[in-house]
Amino acid sequence: MRRGPALRRPREDVLLALVLLHLVLALLAPVAAARLGRRVFLLVALAPGATAVWAVTQASAVLDGRPVVSSTSWVPGLGLALDLRLDALSLLMVSLVSGVGALVLLYCAAYFDRDQPGLGRFAGVLTAFAGAMLGLVLADDLLLLYVFWELTSVTSWLLIGFDDEDAESRRAAQQALLVTTLGGLVMLVGLVMLVQEAGTASLAQILGDPPSGGTVPVALVLVLVGAFTKSAQVPFHPWLPSAMAAPTPVSAYLHAAAMVKAGVYLVARLAPAFAVVAVWRPVVLTVGLATMLVGGWRALRQDDLKRVLAFGTVSQLGFLMVLVGAGTHEAATAGAALLLAHGLFKATLFLSVGVIDHATGTRDLRLLSGVGRRSPVLATVAVLAALSMAGVPPLLGFVSKEAAYEALLGDPVVFAGVVLGSVLTAAYSARFVWGAFARKPGCADTVVHAPSAGLLAPVVVLGLAGLVLGLVPGLADPLVQGYASSYEGEPEHLALWHGLVPALGWSVLTLALGAALFLAREPVRAYQRRASRVLSRVDADRSYDRVLDGLDRSALRTTAVVQTGSLPVYLGTVLLTLVLLAGTALATSTRVTGDVTAYDRPLQVAVGVVVAIAAVATARAHRRFTAVLLLGAVGYGTAVLFVLQGGPDLALTQFLVETLALVIFVFVLRRLPATFTRRPLRLSQGVRLGVALAVGGFVTLAVLVAGQARTAPPASQAFLDRAQADGGGSNVVNVVLVDFRGFDTLGEITVLAVAAMGIASLVLAGRGRRSGDPEGETALTAAGGQAVDEPGTPAPEVVP
Amino acid sequence: MTDPQPVDSGAPPRLPGADELDAVRRSVVLETAVRLVFHTILVFSLYLLLAGHNQPGGGFVGGLVAGLAFVLRYIAGGRAALREAVPVDPGVPLGLGLVLAAGTGVTALLLGGQFLESGKVELDLPLLGIVKATSALPFDTGVYLVVVGLVLGVLRTLGAEAER
Repeated sequence: MRRGPALRRPREDVLLALVLLHLVLALLAPVAAARLGRRVFLLVALAPGATAVWAVTQASAVLDGRPVVSSTSWVPGLGLALDLRLDALSLLMVSLVSGVGALVLLYCAAYFDRDQPGLGRFAGVLTAFAGAMLGLVLADDLLLLYVFWELTSVTSWLLIGFDDEDAESRRAAQQALLVTTLGGLVMLVGLVMLVQEAGTASLAQILGDPPSGGTVPVALVLVLVGAFTKSAQVPFHPWLPSAMAAPTPVSAYLHAAAMVKAGVYLVARLAPAFAVVAVWRPVVLTVGLATMLVGGWRALRQDDLKRVLAFGTVSQLGFLMVLVGAGTHEAATAGAALLLAHGLFKATLFLSVGVIDHATGTRDLRLLSGVGRRSPVLATVAVLAALSMAGVPPLLGFVSKEAAYEALLGDPVVFAGVVLGSVLTAAYSARFVWGAFARKPGCADTVVHAPSAGLLAPVVVLGLAGLVLGLVPGLADPLVQGYASSYEGEPEHLALWHGLVPALGWSVLTLALGAALFLAREPVRAYQRRASRVLSRVDADRSYDRVLDGLDRSALRTTAVVQTGSLPVYLGTVLLTLVLLAGTALATSTRVTGDVTAYDRPLQVAVGVVVAIAAVATARAHRRFTAVLLLGAVGYGTAVLFVLQGGPDLALTQFLVETLALVIFVFVLRRLPATFTRRPLRLSQGVRLGVALAVGGFVTLAVLVAGQARTAPPASQAFLDRAQADGGGSNVVNVVLVDFRGFDTLGEITVLAVAAMGIASLVLAGRGRRSGDPEGETALTAAGGQAVDEPGTPAPEVVP
Repeated sequence: MTDPQPVDSGAPPRLPGADELDAVRRSVVLETAVRLVFHTILVFSLYLLLAGHNQPGGGFVGGLVAGLAFVLRYIAGGRAALREAVPVDPGVPLGLGLVLAAGTGVTALLLGGQFLESGKVELDLPLLGIVKATSALPFDTGVYLVVVGLVLGVLRTLGAEAER
């Protein structure tokens, strides 16, 4: 819409095509899995693989400052367009999302058992996630970004809950979904405010000319809440460790390389334009530092290797948040480098844990012993990744941490926090390596089944990438500089050796303290245990449970008050509301003139009297069956009135519906006592009579008022005029139903269909397979099948 | 509306499926009457559906009439007789009806019009002469099927299921 399609070249079209390729393969995966089995992952890996390769071919042009831009009209009425843009930061993210994504999918092909159920669905959702994530980092429109953002939340929910028979994984999936979509909704409000303030949803335009209105700080805080929830920042972090219930490839991809980076990405994207806003730095730096420390502290305490990594990820995400949010050229350089480094080493480590889990059947570091000797290749790669995480030369993690120290030296508080966080990182890195691979005294060697080459290959590729990029920082440097150049300042190139600078000293100190912390792990552990008794009161995970419990309880209380289960109370509430609200308005604001035609023909009076008598008799009837018949008389009488008024269609319908209603009533009566309660309470009887009279009076008044209230010419004349010409029929009622108001009719028959299924579910719930009649089961399937598994509910008692 | 068609002499005419009922619950008169009028009512419901565009009737009314025919069949012969008459799940007419009605709308969309925009053609059919067909007919047929499905569903759940 904004950038016309004047200069469409293949380079632009590929961008959208790649996102769509993910979608197509995602839809294809469940079908293909039936034939291919777990090799379906090799098929779907084509999408991220092709994206990664294509991104590499575009790299030099993009880093030269010529981003790939594509715009496709989507919902022009809302100003929504599929605006995609591949610039330096997006390229960096694409290399993680698609590069790591392709490797993880290849890993999946060897990770899962051949006969694992639900593989097709899993492959499809994982590919859809990769596509959503790709869209997220490419989106050049804030609202489009939001759409992809929520798509990643939903797909991640499905992926974490892959093992849907396990209560823990269902809880984890729900927690991730609730926390991230809550943040997403808050973020949406912020995004809308930003868009309003800027007058455009285009990211490039907003960043090029940032709005500075009074609502911008509020909008930014709201957007940051979204980023914090997605990137598991304190106090929203617990969903990430819980999400370790997901299959390991999901953890490696979503919870290391891709999804949790979305928040960091958004902050990195917005920081060049908005870091100058007063509220930005305090919020981002405080939350980032707190997250880095809390994550590191908790990581030291875990026994499950995956949870060690999960809390480590939380910590590193805090670190990243500090770097990309700081809003300086140097910090951005370090942040971009760490973004890359973290994606590589954390994915490697997660995948290694997957291999260990696969080979030994456990992830508990107290049980594992001597794994390093049995699988040296895996151990080597994982140790390389862990060293990168700890910031040991000559790995990419070291290079980025050096750059970070350099960048933050000027700010003592932030610097101290980051050094402390890095000490913790070094310590839990050491603990991870020790826990996963070392031979422990007093612990028998774990039985290791040799992992297949297909399982190891992606891990090795990822692990070596961290080493190569560390040894030759020049390879990653252009990518990092491309992003950092959105800030003013001299480029600070990545380097393995900066000379004897203060940062190097701090690095050495960090590693030494980290090593000390690891060696003193027994006292540290004892101290942590004591501290956790105090700290558990502010445990964010328990707070989450408490919030949900509170929600459940208040919902239950509300339901107990509102839904009493008494039909008279429901009806009374509805009718009284009608009388009190609409009736009061009617009685006070309109006047009825005496100009009312009482009747057109005497026969109408006669029918009216019959209907009235039948109605009174219905209310006074003692037997239910009598009441139903009398009610039928009321209905048929009304139908006669329609005939007398000249409405054959209406009358016909009324007759038929009345008959059908009568039959249904009779069916139901078979299950109810033959008579109404013998002694109704006097009070309740009086109240009912009062309500009935009030409603009757209201309806009478409403009819009188409605008959006199017309100010505009009736629409019916237009219908009469147009019925034959436009609708091709002379029965106006029918033409209105099927043509002029066809949309309404479509809605109504949908309601009918839903009602039919609803009746089936309600009536058949709990009756299930008791009597083993196939007919009952087909009816249940038609009703959605929910009720089938609830045997044993007693059927209502039949009173003859 | 009764059909003057003569009844076979010999064994009393029975509704298919009605033999599953207890002898006490069976009524020769009712079964015979239903056997006579059932098809006539169905044909009448189709007439209402087809004529509805110009005369009283239409898909909703037609569907109700057809539904009542099934109600009669159920009352006279029980659920086995109903199953004989409609050997499909109520979900089938429900779903077909929705698809047909929505499909009419989508077809208009595919032909370049608005959703549910109506169109008409005049056909010169042998025997029947000039017949005017509007896109409202398939839409109305959808309504008809949904209503029939609803009645069948209610019969099956509130009627047949409650019998057990």
